Amino acid sequence: MSATARGRIELADLSLSFPRRDAARLPVLDAINLTVGGGEIVTLIGPNGCGKSSLLRVVAGLIPPDSGSARLDEQPIVDPDPRIGLVFQEPRLLPWRSVAANVGYPLELAGVQGVERAERVSGALHRVGLTAAADSLPAQLSGGMRQRAALARALVREPDVLLLDEPFSALDSMTRDRFNVELLALWERLRTTIVVVTHSIPEAIFLGHRVVVLSSRPGHVVADIDVPLASPRTLDELDAAVVSATAREIRAHLETDAA
Amino acid sequence: MLSILGGLGFLILWKLVVVVGGYPPFILPPPEVVASRLVTAWTSGQIGPHAWATLVEVALGFGAGAALGLVAGYGLGRSSIVARVVSPYLVAAQATPILALAPVLALWFGPGLLSKVVIAALIVFFPVAVSAMVGIRSVDLGLLELGRSLRATRRQILLTLEIPAALPSIFGGLRIGITLAVVGAIVGEWAGAERGLGVLVNIARGSLFDIPLMFATLVTIAAFGVVLYVVVVLVERRLVRAR
Repeated sequence: MSATARGRIELADLSLSFPRRDAARLPVLDAINLTVGGGEIVTLIGPNGCGKSSLLRVVAGLIPPDSGSARLDEQPIVDPDPRIGLVFQEPRLLPWRSVAANVGYPLELAGVQGVERAERVSGALHRVGLTAAADSLPAQLSGGMRQRAALARALVREPDVLLLDEPFSALDSMTRDRFNVELLALWERLRTTIVVVTHSIPEAIFLGHRVVVLSSRPGHVVADIDVPLASPRTLDELDAAVVSATAREIRAHLETDAA
Repeated sequence: MLSILGGLGFLILWKLVVVVGGYPPFILPPPEVVASRLVTAWTSGQIGPHAWATLVEVALGFGAGAALGLVAGYGLGRSSIVARVVSPYLVAAQATPILALAPVLALWFGPGLLSKVVIAALIVFFPVAVSAMVGIRSVDLGLLELGRSLRATRRQILLTLEIPAALPSIFGGLRIGITLAVVGAIVGEWAGAERGLGVLVNIARGSLFDIPLMFATLVTIAAFGVVLYVVVVLVERRLVRAR
């Protein structure tokens, strides 16, 4: 990972609150400082409601922060940016469109047409192994395949950054493991910056070069842990002693916060 | 196939009622008399101008009412302020029987085409507006956020998310609307007109005292309703497939 790689995210003193019915606002994120290097994979873990998803939405340019800044490659993020691909917790496919038309949707909105669009769509489908399902409707696919389609849709604009908001949480654990392996294989080829929100400690360790632990609301960074595993990783390595040690450390931070 | 069988059953029942009940033709003419009168009414050019007048009223009234209903339904669906301000009046207008309103509208808009178009449009407006409102509100918020994350413009959101998602609901309203448009046009003609199938029903019953013609006219009105409904369903199929 060279320092010049694209897709570097810098969050500085980032705070966020939501309006409530009464005059007071609900603090969600509290002075987050976090840098994700270009081409790095960082997993965000924390208790429910700690603002992980909100943090991802700020980086995606969907919510403006109250104070502090979010930057992508030195430029402030003020609204959604085509250099960032976002995968939601649910697939969010347009149910009346084929898989290929769903994957091509971001290009369609951006005015990319004809052969170029078709080629990029088939490239993205190929990357996630969905070529055979191109003409299917979302309702005809399994949950896992739908989430693959959502991933292909995020990849189709060839973003520098991929943001994934608990993307596999609705899948069964075996599908989920396979997905995580495939995601790392994808990263080996594309070397995009990836930020994954998860609430699974093993998943956080398996995917992340670094695991960032957030506190309960208002979320702030309580630990930033390097994962001592080399790439490419295999699922077997999740049984290694260093992994147990890292998991114990993460759990300790989560529990301290809960206490 | 089933609907053809049902139609045959209806004709047989009709004939039976006439024969068993012994009704004279000026109360209930048998189906074959009505059928032959229907043919002569069309071939002699007696019904044609009336049918054309009604068709034009229905088409224009449906077009205007549906267009306004779609726009209003979109506003109602997208803005809770619009919904709160407008809904009571909308419901009040709908709750007032069109039969009671028709004479007033005929008074204001004259005995010509305009008053029928207004009445038909008025009666079409409500179901289309409500179905469009429901449809627009049914758009998944997750998809709207997706659209925002992809920098979709207001127009793109409307064309690629809101309209396709609302389409089945909107067509539910349009199907009701097209049959009501026929009702509206006939009601408008009753309130005062020189031409139209509603007028012909009155003429056949009154000055002509040609009861088979009256029934032939009713059959024509019903056929219009069915054909127009089928047209709407066919358009719906095409559009739903094309999304």
